[in-house]
Amino acid sequence: MSWESWSDFFAMGGYGFYVWGSYLVALLCVLGEVVLVRNRRRTLHKQLGLKDKSSL
Amino acid sequence: MTINWFKYASPASFYFLAGRMIPFFIIAAVILLIIGLYIGFFVAPTDFQQGEAYRIIFIHVPAAWMSMFLYVVMAFWAGIGLAFNTRLSSMVASAIAPTGAMFTFLALWTGAWWGKPMWGTWWVWDARLTSELILFFLYIGFMSLQAAIDDPRRADKAGAIIALVGVVNIPIIYFSVQWWNTLHQGASVSLVQSPKMATAMLTGMLIMALAAWMYSIVMVLMRTRMIILERERHTAWVSELKEGVSK
Amino acid sequence: MKPRHKKMAVIALSVSALTVAVILVLNVFQSNLVFFFSPSQVIAKEAPIGKSFRIGGLVEEGSLKREGDGTTMRFAITDTAEAIQIVYTGILPDLFKEGKGVVAQGKIAENGIFYADEVLAKHDENYMPPEAASALEQAAKAQKTSLTQ
Repeated sequence: MSWESWSDFFAMGGYGFYVWGSYLVALLCVLGEVVLVRNRRRTLHKQLGLKDKSSL
Repeated sequence: MTINWFKYASPASFYFLAGRMIPFFIIAAVILLIIGLYIGFFVAPTDFQQGEAYRIIFIHVPAAWMSMFLYVVMAFWAGIGLAFNTRLSSMVASAIAPTGAMFTFLALWTGAWWGKPMWGTWWVWDARLTSELILFFLYIGFMSLQAAIDDPRRADKAGAIIALVGVVNIPIIYFSVQWWNTLHQGASVSLVQSPKMATAMLTGMLIMALAAWMYSIVMVLMRTRMIILERERHTAWVSELKEGVSK
Repeated sequence: MKPRHKKMAVIALSVSALTVAVILVLNVFQSNLVFFFSPSQVIAKEAPIGKSFRIGGLVEEGSLKREGDGTTMRFAITDTAEAIQIVYTGILPDLFKEGKGVVAQGKIAENGIFYADEVLAKHDENYMPPEAASALEQAAKAQKTSLTQ
């Protein structure tokens, strides 16, 4: 393991801004896509009057 | 000899099959993501020239691979739909595009945030970066064209044409670093050479790529199910769904 | 927004997205497929004269010198056959090092010196821990000495 402490981990050898900037945006993209898909599904099910609970 | 292989090509059967498959792919994606991130941050060593900044590779490379792979799959199904007039394959193609666009954006974004500290610039117009940006516009073009056409079957056909024309761009992206002088370095991992990465780094990257793959399958299956419902809302089996006859 | 207007907007969006894509492609094919020239190409006068262009290669070992002002640097970019002298004032990227890849953008003067206004680092595709890198270096050195003996 290459980390002495948590602050060492967050610093990423001085590149924390770039590393966490990448990972944060990746997280936002994935969460954003999941939320969009689930909203679309909810709206569609409401429109069609479905109560299908299978697989999210 | 009586297996009907076309059974799952019917949107209705696919709807139920996909619904049963989604939970397994979600579990696989989450487990692979946790293992991949653990290896990426706690097992993979520091890089000799890039220090810790190279850890962006664990999202950058999987995102870039998925952006190209999803485009090929999308064009394949769009092409099948165009050639054989199979409804389901065109629906799958439309369901792939948003996830493909998301991964293309991520590849570009993480590339910029990696390029700034290492190369000294967020962006250059070299052949690799430009062709990946073109891929992003191809996804956006595909989606907006389909959204612009009301008749779904015509939208499928128009989309298929863009998707197929755009396939030319995929080998351009992949081989750009060999064919031309680029700022982007050559491939670290390829089918014809042994990888130019330490094992722990490579393992983390491959597991993250698998996680991205499983995630894509989940998103595509969910979206395909919605497209099926939207397009088949007036059919008997959807009415049965409403009455709760099928689960 | 009426559906009709929405449709028009979406069509306009797709057309403009495709147009942007085509312009990008043409632009790349016109000028950027050659992202940089090697020193040999520059010596052979294949690079544009009087215009800004990029030179790529390795920073020649032992060539890096800092001027008195501390921010102006002189170094040579080599492709092992030819070398070009570079003068650059500004910040160098973290990966800039003698013996490593570099791409410099600027103009070449009459006297053959290339005045750069941007210097970027070009790293290779190898990823390994520092211990492995130094072990490889040791092995390469050992091989060299055994060859010269």
